[in-house]
Amino acid sequence: MSILVNKDTKVLVQGITGSTAAFHTKEMLAYGTKIVAGVTPGRAGEEVEGVPVFNTVEDAVKETGATVSVIYVPAPFAADAILEAVDAEIDLAICITEHIPVLDMVKVKRYMEGKKTRLIGPNCPGVITPDECKVGIMPGYIHTKGHIGVVSRSGTLTYEAVHQLSEQGYGQSSAVGIGGDPVNGTNFIDVLKAYNDDPNTYAVMMIGEIGGSAEEEAARWIKENMTKPVVGFIGGVTAPPGKRMGHAGAIISGGQGTAEEKIRVMNECGIEVAETPSVMGETLIKVLKDNKLEEKCKTHA
Amino acid sequence: MNIHEYQSKEILREFGVSVPNGHVAFTVDEAVEAAEKLGTDVSVVKAQIHAGGRGKAGGVKVAQNLDEVRTYAGEILGKTLVTPQTGPEGTEVKRLLIEEGCDIQKEYYIGLVLDSGSSRVVMMGSEEGGTEIEEVAAATPEKIFQEVIDPGVGLSGYQARRLAFNLNIPKELVGKVVKFMMGLYQAFVEKDCSIAEINPLVTTGDGDVMALDAKFNFDDNALYRQKDIAELRDLDEEDPKEIEASEYDLSYISLDGDIGCMVNGAGLAMATMDIIKHYGGDPANFLDVGGGATAEKVTEAFKIILSDENVKGIFVNIFGGIMKCDVIAEGVVEATKQVGLEIPLVVRLEGTNVDLGKKILDESGLNITSADSMGDGAQKIVEMVK
Repeated sequence: MSILVNKDTKVLVQGITGSTAAFHTKEMLAYGTKIVAGVTPGRAGEEVEGVPVFNTVEDAVKETGATVSVIYVPAPFAADAILEAVDAEIDLAICITEHIPVLDMVKVKRYMEGKKTRLIGPNCPGVITPDECKVGIMPGYIHTKGHIGVVSRSGTLTYEAVHQLSEQGYGQSSAVGIGGDPVNGTNFIDVLKAYNDDPNTYAVMMIGEIGGSAEEEAARWIKENMTKPVVGFIGGVTAPPGKRMGHAGAIISGGQGTAEEKIRVMNECGIEVAETPSVMGETLIKVLKDNKLEEKCKTHA
Repeated sequence: MNIHEYQSKEILREFGVSVPNGHVAFTVDEAVEAAEKLGTDVSVVKAQIHAGGRGKAGGVKVAQNLDEVRTYAGEILGKTLVTPQTGPEGTEVKRLLIEEGCDIQKEYYIGLVLDSGSSRVVMMGSEEGGTEIEEVAAATPEKIFQEVIDPGVGLSGYQARRLAFNLNIPKELVGKVVKFMMGLYQAFVEKDCSIAEINPLVTTGDGDVMALDAKFNFDDNALYRQKDIAELRDLDEEDPKEIEASEYDLSYISLDGDIGCMVNGAGLAMATMDIIKHYGGDPANFLDVGGGATAEKVTEAFKIILSDENVKGIFVNIFGGIMKCDVIAEGVVEATKQVGLEIPLVVRLEGTNVDLGKKILDESGLNITSADSMGDGAQKIVEMVK
């Protein structure tokens, strides 16, 4: 078991003929992901890495039965690409693209209300279920199959956490990057709920950063609802206020969204927070020991 | 991206939002000329810098006649204003706004922001104009009213009216305030703003409603379709290294420390600063080279870090995903070839194409200390710059 994607998931790639998409299509195929179709308007009939290209998402879904779409379309056209995936009733759209204008995303979110599709991202690394399905840009080799769920606003920090866990022998059930933009399709709570319901996930690592209040809301939800231990990390303790730290959503404004406040609320809700990014794995393992989950979570080769 | 008050007011005029008459001036003579053109008894001389808190720092003066305009313009132009938002080094005033004085009856606050919780644009209003909204929010949150706007239909008339009534706008002025709010919302969405603040909005003795101050912030990701806004960028207001970085689409922020950082991914870049600090060092910058960077961009990034005289050592921390480790390695080697390297360099590589990246660095003959993890790398660089 896992969340969102598994070995049977049929994936299509929007913007497949672009260089980044083509590179990662190759990587995803090499990982074993079932990439069944690509979409680039006007390029139907071509192939990328042996994957057939279609003009529209609708055509691709009709021909191949794809249920998940991963979007590498450039920012000015990415919102439209998401709408197209939603209109084609894709189950899960994962948008890797960064720098999408935020007011485009405000409209996309409004359009998606009541629709079937779940959106992950934008500006995210994607979703992986180790040894089964990799949808996105994360380096596959650092992941190992196991029982820790990972969820993060940052791509590279997700890799960091996963790498630390794998090295210590703790595999992951799935790892989900929800993206660093202020308006995203899926938030921490959505993913936490999925991990809470997944019998194969025994504990969760949640990685946040400065800006907004998603971590605080997630912490309160965890306190009320989560039956599994959660360990956290918050990036940006040293970030100066008023400066946008790379991610559009990572800014301390008017004293709101500081790392201190997030860590305080998380601690208050019973969540242990790693002191530095290099001890994210260690901190989780310590909590596993405290909960007598260490043996259950250790990945036996 | 930020713009100046006078530029924000020009945009407001374009959208039918009333603002006092005024002209920008770059010299004392232009300031006097501007005041003459206004022809009002009283005019206001306002320093144009992006940071707020200008009034308290002596950057806004009310002049009763042209002589006073000349005196105040002379005092403020070229002055370095230090406000809570400029930092201790302050910002030099190079532009003035000369504006007609107005007979203020009452000050209000109106702002538009993006609320990530609801994924909607929210209009906020308060009767406590003239004060920082954060202060009002902390002291008297019940005095702030909000309208969450549906992007499908935009700000509705009833919402604007409700907000106006909540703010106790005199009933004969409600129509004007509603028109003001509608225009402000149009400007916000059509120009891809991320923040639009009118503080204060004023009602005047002759029954007008005006934006006495205006602060706009724009979504950098939308500037490609807002060419007229992009042209308003004032490079004098930005750090030269940040300007250079932006030319190469690098996300760079100058800090006060002595350890230069080059990282991929915003989250990891922030966490790298945090861990340097944790081990007793001080980061000199935040730098996210991004996912799609080429070796050329990485070279430029490295050169920007080296151009900072405070930098005594560099920590390169890369976890390749969309970014490939070999691209980083090539960029680092090329940059050091071009500008030399006399300070310690610690490199930690992991992720996509890591072996290729390590090979390029090994074969370069550069004096590089490699690190096994980010904790290891941070400890090493902190030790080396001590």
